[in-house]
Amino acid sequence: MTIIIVIVVIAVIALAWIAIYNGLVKARMQTQESWSQIDVQLKRRNDLIPNLVETVKGYAKHESETLTKVTQLRQDVAAATTPADKMAASNQLSGVLSGFFARAEAYPDLKANTNFNKLQEELTNTENKIAYSRQLFNATTANYNTRLQSFPTNIVAGVHHFQPSEFLQVPEAEKEVPTVKF
Amino acid sequence: MLYQQIQSNKRRTIVLLVAFFVLVALVGAAVGYLLLDSLVYGVVAAIIIGAVYTAIMISNSTAVVMAMNHGQEITNADQQPELWHAVEDMAMVAQVPMPRVFVIADESPNAFATGNDPKHAAVAATTGLLRIMTRSELEGVIGHEMSHVRNYDIRISTIALALSAAITLLTNIGGNWWFWGSGERRRDNDRNNSGGLQAILMIFSILMMVLAPLAAVAVQMAISRNREYLADAGSVELTRNPQGLISALRKLGGAEPMQDVDPSSAALYISNPLKNKEHLFDTHPPIEERIARLEKM
Repeated sequence: MTIIIVIVVIAVIALAWIAIYNGLVKARMQTQESWSQIDVQLKRRNDLIPNLVETVKGYAKHESETLTKVTQLRQDVAAATTPADKMAASNQLSGVLSGFFARAEAYPDLKANTNFNKLQEELTNTENKIAYSRQLFNATTANYNTRLQSFPTNIVAGVHHFQPSEFLQVPEAEKEVPTVKF
Repeated sequence: MLYQQIQSNKRRTIVLLVAFFVLVALVGAAVGYLLLDSLVYGVVAAIIIGAVYTAIMISNSTAVVMAMNHGQEITNADQQPELWHAVEDMAMVAQVPMPRVFVIADESPNAFATGNDPKHAAVAATTGLLRIMTRSELEGVIGHEMSHVRNYDIRISTIALALSAAITLLTNIGGNWWFWGSGERRRDNDRNNSGGLQAILMIFSILMMVLAPLAAVAVQMAISRNREYLADAGSVELTRNPQGLISALRKLGGAEPMQDVDPSSAALYISNPLKNKEHLFDTHPPIEERIARLEKM
């Protein structure tokens, strides 16, 4: 009788352990998937930037400094290895681009260029998607980290060395309206 | 909160379907008793017809609703970049699949969502909405629609719409039948052979007259005003930008009514497309109240 009880208890614990472990793996997978959502958008923006630079070159003579900076930051994003570095470079790039698009209103020739308008919509869309996928990443990270810290999941996580995922900071500059200079 | 809302919507959908089938069975019983002298045959036939009709309506709900509201489907981002991208973004944060996207040619700004579940959903926006809204306002509106998709509000409102459209159709047929029937009765007066037919027509017509207001009550029951507040809150949760939805609602509140809107679809829209004056049977809470609640967030 005692043996049966012991076996049942062990079986229940083993099953619970498996369920918790699988739940953790799934939550961690969701954070990785949402990171790859961001990564896709960063790559997409990097693909669009050379077109933008080519289009703008002829129209906006005073923007050569901005264009150099955009090209440099584009390389920084591509070269960064950790999510934190990538996002830091990406946030700077977002700031420079949004400042440029605000100033672009002052170039009537550029505003009349259909190619430029298309690129502007594409880049705005990509910027929005970066922001929204970062929001999604932080939501999945919050879910995963909460699991890591709650009982009894924390025991399973400790034994199998699950590491917490890091939140991505929302840049302060993004909340400010870019200043328009002529 | 979200989970409870989804459960309550699924439960109420079943209640609505059961109520519809009880009505169908009652009609079947009346017709069967008078026509075939058998309650059972009438009920069985009515249930079979009702089930086939409902299955067809539900499996084609998006097509039916979009046809009723003159929606044109767009299939890639180039046709309406801002709308397409806003839907894409909101679907991503709401973690639901990308719905089908439709545009309605109407200068009055409005939008709605329909479908059976998040995997088979559709979002429609009028050309007026796309013209007057800025990007963050459009995101607020689409976020509201995406919350309806995620909460399964679309399932219950689409089924309620399908059922009330069916009953409206039956009422019209019944009304016509009554009209033609009474004309014939006058002509056939001296032959005196239409007593049974007259009784059937009478009962049928009376039943139809009873069913029509019941359909309206069912729609009202299914579509509580509370879910609009919930969808507004859901939209802000997705966009993190209450200001966008607030200024979108201000623009919607001041707009002209839609040109050619199907009245039974009115409850689907984000703001009442009819702009009717009496408020007793409003399907939408007042815009000012919605804005006030958003401002408190």
